[in-house]
Parts: sequence; structure tokens; C-alpha cells
Amino acid sequence: MATTAWNQQWLEQLRQTRVWRSIFRRGPARTNRTRSLAVFGNLALHVLPVKVREKSLSVRATYYLGSISFFLFIVLTITGILLMFYYHPAVPDAYRDMKDLIYVVSNGVFLRNLHRLAAQAMVVAVFWHMFHVFYRGGYKPPHEFNWVIGVGLLMLTLFLSYTGYLLPWDQLAFWAITVGTNIISYVPWLGRPIRFLLLGGHIIGQNALLRFYVLHCVILPLAAAVLIAVHFWRIQKDGGLTVRDDHE
Amino acid sequence: MPGEPKAPGKPEGKNAVSRRDFLNEIAGGALAVAAIGAVVVTVNYSSPNVLFEPPTTFRAGSPDDYPVNSVTYLQEQQVYIVRTDKGMWALSAVCTHLGCITQWKPESDQIACPCHGSKFQRTGTVQAGPAPRPLPHFALGLGEDGVLVVDKLEVVKETEILKV
Repeated sequence: MATTAWNQQWLEQLRQTRVWRSIFRRGPARTNRTRSLAVFGNLALHVLPVKVREKSLSVRATYYLGSISFFLFIVLTITGILLMFYYHPAVPDAYRDMKDLIYVVSNGVFLRNLHRLAAQAMVVAVFWHMFHVFYRGGYKPPHEFNWVIGVGLLMLTLFLSYTGYLLPWDQLAFWAITVGTNIISYVPWLGRPIRFLLLGGHIIGQNALLRFYVLHCVILPLAAAVLIAVHFWRIQKDGGLTVRDDHE
Repeated sequence: MPGEPKAPGKPEGKNAVSRRDFLNEIAGGALAVAAIGAVVVTVNYSSPNVLFEPPTTFRAGSPDDYPVNSVTYLQEQQVYIVRTDKGMWALSAVCTHLGCITQWKPESDQIACPCHGSKFQRTGTVQAGPAPRPLPHFALGLGEDGVLVVDKLEVVKETEILKV
């Protein structure tokens, strides 16, 4: 009994305290049932399956491309929120704020570059993921609708990239959005009204910057989060990443 | 027993509908109207009524400021004022392909777009490149004090030339 290390004893004492027991109701899981409950009854973990097949963890099954895409999305969200501390979506301020972030703010250049790099990497990752799912036949029945959701996620990724591109308010941004919105106006009937709503006017100015900012930071990420949730849920309910269907 | 409420029976007759179903249909219709109304209200809200954009009608100086057989680029308005011996007209400097700003090239007597290589004559006609339409002509008039006035919202035909 006396041979337990001092830190283990300390940990055991900590676990007996009232504060600890009020936060962590069950002790460490020692049986299979309590191990299942640890995932099933946990707020953060209960959306995950309690068990996964060992096969689905292999790198060659999916090359983890979907996970990489999701990870990049998380990186983009966190770096994006941090960038929001210094960025004003206003016409004279935006360009100045970008220069501020690059030259003045501590680690600003790192976070800004990480955001931009993750954005470009995410576009590559989602395309690669799509090609690989196609190669694996993961779109075949009964998984067709998940493919459709995936295409929706692809569109959201590209539109997030596009709206984010305007925010530095430099020449590259301004002309890219000029050309892009003019392409939209070529859509018959709805093209010009859609362009007017997107820009909040006829020219690319303050209204356009603000609308693109709201789209980029609120509307599109929320839509992406919802579709990501459905996309994962479908995989899980269908039996995981490497489920064998009857007609394979 | 008499006086007890009767259980609702099946509605009789063709197209008969029970009171419950009728009320449900009314409620469903009301919800549909509310939902459509919500979408319409949101779209109207998103479409701005007042725009803070540079004015589209502007003064361009007197005709004497422009020598005969010249093409002058007004940078702030992105408009060319072209004067020939036949008269004057105002040309948009925005390329009709995808919206880049064109440049007047006197050495080749052409208006050229740097983005995708569209080339226009000083009349606005497309000579080369992916531009689908000629450069539009804006309404050019003389104000009371003899000053040129350009209205970018009014596109006029190529044949309308201001004689000075």
C-alpha cells in the first residue's frame, strides 16, 4: 500500500474532494459498461459513436482527408475569431488593419498567414476528399445523399474562400470581386438582382465589404457547421467509415 | 343518453371535410402565408433603398477643353470623352467582359483592356478579345452654362453624337 507514488496518492485525495466529485460524477471507467457510459453520457462526446471498427482507423481507408478538412475548418474558425479582434470591416480601415496585423500586432503575421494558408489547404483537402470518396465508391446507395451534402459543403467552402478574399481590401481583393460579381450578373434573369443584393448596391464599396464580412464570419460558417453535423451523422448512422454494404 | 355530446362522425357528401381538418387547413394556410411573408420581408430588407455611391451625373468641363480628334480619360468617373470632327460622345471605360478598367492606347488608336485582351475602337465597337458587347455610350448634353453634362445611367445609341 505504501508503494504508490506520491503523486498518485495526491490524485486519489483530489478525486475524493467535494469539488471534484461535483464536477466529475463518475470515477474513472473500469468496466466496459462504464466505458460506454463515459462516451454516451458526455455532452462533448455523445455525438461520437461508442465504438469504432478498427478498420476505419487505418490511414489507407480514407487517408484521413475528411478529418483533415474538418481540422482545417476548426483552425480557420479559431484564427478567424482572433483576427476579428483587430479587423474593422470598414472602407478606409480594412486595408490599414491588415497592415497592422502583419507589422504591428504580436504574432499577427503568424495568425493571419495561418488563416490564409489553412483556407487554401482546406480547398485542396476538400477536393482531394471528394475525389477519394468517388474513387472508393462511397457515394453509392444508400449513401447518395451524403454525397449531395458533401457537394453543398464544397460550395460553402468555395464561397467562404470568395467572401474572405475581399476582406483585406487590396487591389487583388477588389478586382477579384469585381470579376466574380460580374460573372454572377451573367446569370439570366436573376443575375443582376443577385449581384445587387450581394453587393448592397451597384458598386463594390462599403456595403459590399460589410455584407461579405457578415457572410464570411456568421452566415456561411453556421451553414457549414450544420451541414458538417449532418454529414458526420449520416456516416455514423450508416455504420462508420468502412461499412460494408450488401451490394459491394 | 340525451344531452351528451355526440362523437364526431365521418363527414358526408362529396368533398366533405371534418371541422378538425378544416381548421388544420386554415392554420396551415396561415403558417404558409407567414413563412412566405417572412422570406419576402427579409429579401426586401436586404435590398438597400438609399445608396451612398458617387453621383452618376457629372459635369465634364466645356467642349473647348477637348481638342478635335482626341480621346480623354476622366479617371474619377471612368469615362472617355471622345471628340472628332463630326462631334463628341461619352464612352464607358469599363470593359464589357468582366468589368476591368480599360486604357486608351493612342499609339494603336485603340481602347485596350489589360485583363483578358479585349480591344475596342474609339466608337466603342469591339475589335478583338472576349468582350461580348461594345462599350456603352452615355448621354452627353450641354448644360445651360455651356458645360458638358454626362449621365452614366442613360445609355444612348452609338449614332447619337453631340454636335459642337
